[in-house]
Amino acid sequence: MISRTFSSWGSVVRARHAVYSLASRHDAFPRISPGSTVLPYGNGRSYGDSCLNPDGALLRTDALDHFIRFDSDTGVICCEAGVLLADILRLTVPRGWFLPVVPGTAHVTVGGAIANDVHGKNHHRVGSFGNHVRRFELLRSSAERWICSPDEHPEWFAATVGGLGLTGVITWAELQLRPVAGAWMQVETVRFANLDEFCRLCENADSVSEYTVAWIDCLSRGRRLGRGLLQQANHSTHSAPDVPAHDYRIGMPFVPPLSVVNRATLQLFNTLYYHRPRWRTRRHTHFQQFLFPLDRIAHWNRLYGPRGFYQYQCVVPGERAADATASLLQAIARSRQGSFLAVLKRFGAATSPGLLSFPQQGLTLALDFPNSGESLERLFGELDALVAQADGRLYPAKDGRMPGWLFRRGYPQWQEFARYIDPACSSSFWRRVTQEA
Amino acid sequence: MSGTLIIGATSAIAESTARLLAARHERLYLVARNPQRLKAVATDLAVRGAERVGHEVLDLNDLAAHEPMLERADGFLGGIARVLIAHGTLSDQKACERSIELTLRELHTNALSVVALLTPLANRLSSRGTGAIAVISSVAGDRGRASNYVYGSAKALVTAFLSGLRQRLRHHGVAVITIKPGLVDTPMTAAFTKGLLWARRERVAAGIVRAFDRRTPTVYLPAFWRPIMFVIRALPEAVFRRLSF
Repeated sequence: MISRTFSSWGSVVRARHAVYSLASRHDAFPRISPGSTVLPYGNGRSYGDSCLNPDGALLRTDALDHFIRFDSDTGVICCEAGVLLADILRLTVPRGWFLPVVPGTAHVTVGGAIANDVHGKNHHRVGSFGNHVRRFELLRSSAERWICSPDEHPEWFAATVGGLGLTGVITWAELQLRPVAGAWMQVETVRFANLDEFCRLCENADSVSEYTVAWIDCLSRGRRLGRGLLQQANHSTHSAPDVPAHDYRIGMPFVPPLSVVNRATLQLFNTLYYHRPRWRTRRHTHFQQFLFPLDRIAHWNRLYGPRGFYQYQCVVPGERAADATASLLQAIARSRQGSFLAVLKRFGAATSPGLLSFPQQGLTLALDFPNSGESLERLFGELDALVAQADGRLYPAKDGRMPGWLFRRGYPQWQEFARYIDPACSSSFWRRVTQEA
Repeated sequence: MSGTLIIGATSAIAESTARLLAARHERLYLVARNPQRLKAVATDLAVRGAERVGHEVLDLNDLAAHEPMLERADGFLGGIARVLIAHGTLSDQKACERSIELTLRELHTNALSVVALLTPLANRLSSRGTGAIAVISSVAGDRGRASNYVYGSAKALVTAFLSGLRQRLRHHGVAVITIKPGLVDTPMTAAFTKGLLWARRERVAAGIVRAFDRRTPTVYLPAFWRPIMFVIRALPEAVFRRLSF
C-alpha cells in the first residue's frame, strides 16, 4: 500500500494517508482494510480538513480526467469527476459555453465542486453548482452504482451534492452550461465608504449585474467600518478573440519561514488598495482575471508561512444579516488580525439542492487569517458566537476548526444526512464536528 | 491534415501527447490493450477536438497482429504521417532476478515488440518518402543500473535500433525520433516518492509534440537530463560499479 503526506490548501494539517486510486471510472471501489475508512480526494483545494482523512485512506480521482460528451448545441457536458473546471472552460469557451457557477479558483475538480456544492459571485442569479448538475454516477463501497439526479435517486442526489465526499465517490457528472459570446467580461468597480453603502449599492448592482462581489478593508473601523470596493460584472456580448488561457504567470517557489501576511503588510496593503486611483472604472477583462485572479499566482497559499492559514467563511441570513456582519467586522477590526483577502457577497434566494449545502439567502463574509495560534482561536470563538446568534453557519469546504455545536446548529439536517454516509467513508472534518460532545 | 498512429495510447505520456494533437484538430488512430480504457481515451480525444479518432484493441506482444493493424491504421488515417510508440511496462527488477521467464517477457514487451513494429513501419513510410516515427525510450537505457537493468537494457536496445534506423532512413524523408524521458509522474511510477527531478506528464508531452514538429533526432525530457546522462555515461566503469542508485 502506498502512503503519502497530504495537506489541504490552508496547510495547517499535514498528515500521512494510505492512498488508493481509481484508474478509470469503470474501476471497482477499492477494498479498504477492515476498520479503516477512505475519502475521495480530487485536487485538494478545500481549505481545512474536509478533504483529509488522517489515520485512514484517500481515494484519488485524478486519473478520472476524461470528457465523455459535449453537445455544443445544447451546452450539456458529461465528463469524469476528476476533470478540472479549468479544463472544461478551456474546451467550451471557444465554442460559446461557460460554466454556470465557478468558485474563486478553476483548479477544482467537478467531483469536488459537487461534493462542496460550491458557489460563485453570481449566486444571487443562478444559485450554487448543484443547481446545474443534471446527473452523476455515485459509486458506493458496496459496488453499487447509482445514477443520481433531481428525479432519479433524488435522496442520494440531495445527500451527495454538498455531501463532502462522504456518500461514496462520484465517477462522472453531466452539467448544463450557459451560453456566452466569448471569454471577455465587462467589469465595473465602485468604492463604498461603509457597510450601509455596500448594502445600498448591492440592491442595484445585483439587479443589473450577473456577478457581484466586494473586497472589504477588514482593518477599517467606526464610520468606515466595512469600507471596500464592489466589483460587478457581466459576460461581454462581443465575441472578441480569446487569448490563450494563462497557466501560472508567477508562483511562490518556497514557503517563507514566517507569514508574509502580518499586521504591518496588511495595514499598508489595505490602505493602498482602497485608495487606489481610478476607483470608478469600467473595464473589459478576460474572465480569468475577474473570476480567478489568484490562479495566476501558483501556490499563493505558501505566503502564509509554514503554519498555514485558516479561512473563516460564514453566512448570516435574513433581516439581521447587515447588523450581524457589522458585529463580525467590528470584532475582526478590533483584533487587528485578518488578511488581504476579505470578501463580502450577498447570496440570493435560490434553494441549494444539497442537504448540507452552505449557501442561504443573506450575507456571506470570507476572510483568510494567518495561523497565529491562541489569539486567533480567541477571535474565532468570538465570531462563532456572533454567527450562532444570527442563526448563521460556516462553510465546511473552508473550515478546519469550527466547533461541533456550531456545525450541528447551522446544519440541522446533519443527522438525516448521516444516514447516507457510505460505511467505508469518513473524513477528519466529519469526525471532528460529529463526535465531540 | 496529418494523421498520427499512437501505440500504447492509454499510457499517461501517450495520452497527454494525444490531447495536444487533438486540440490541434488532428486525426488519430489509437492502439492499446485495455478495451474500456481505450474507449474512454478515444471518446475524450474526440470531445477535445480531434478531427477523427479510430481505435483498436491489441496486445503488442502478438507480433502477427501488427501488420493487419498497420493496414487498418493506414486506411483510417489516409496514410500514416506520424507514429508514436509508447507502450511498455516498468519491469519489477527484483522479480526479474528470480525469473528468467519474466525477464524475457519484459524484454519482449519493451524491446522486441517495438522492433517488430519499427521494421514494417519504416518500410511503409520510407516507400512514401515522408513521415516521422517517435519512440519512447528512456534515460534508463543510457546505462544499466542495478535497480532496473532489465527495463534499462530493453530501452538500450530500442535506442540503438532507432539510431541505426535513423541513419538508414536519412535519405528517405522519414524522421526517427528517440524520446528519452527521465522520471515522470504517471500511474506507472505511482509507487515512487516524488522529488525535484520528477516531471509532469504534460511537460513531457509538450516536448514530444515539439520534437515531432522540429523532427529532432534525440530529445531528453525534461532537457536537464541530457547533461545528467552525459555525466553518467562518462563515468569510468570502475567508479560507476561502486555507485548505487
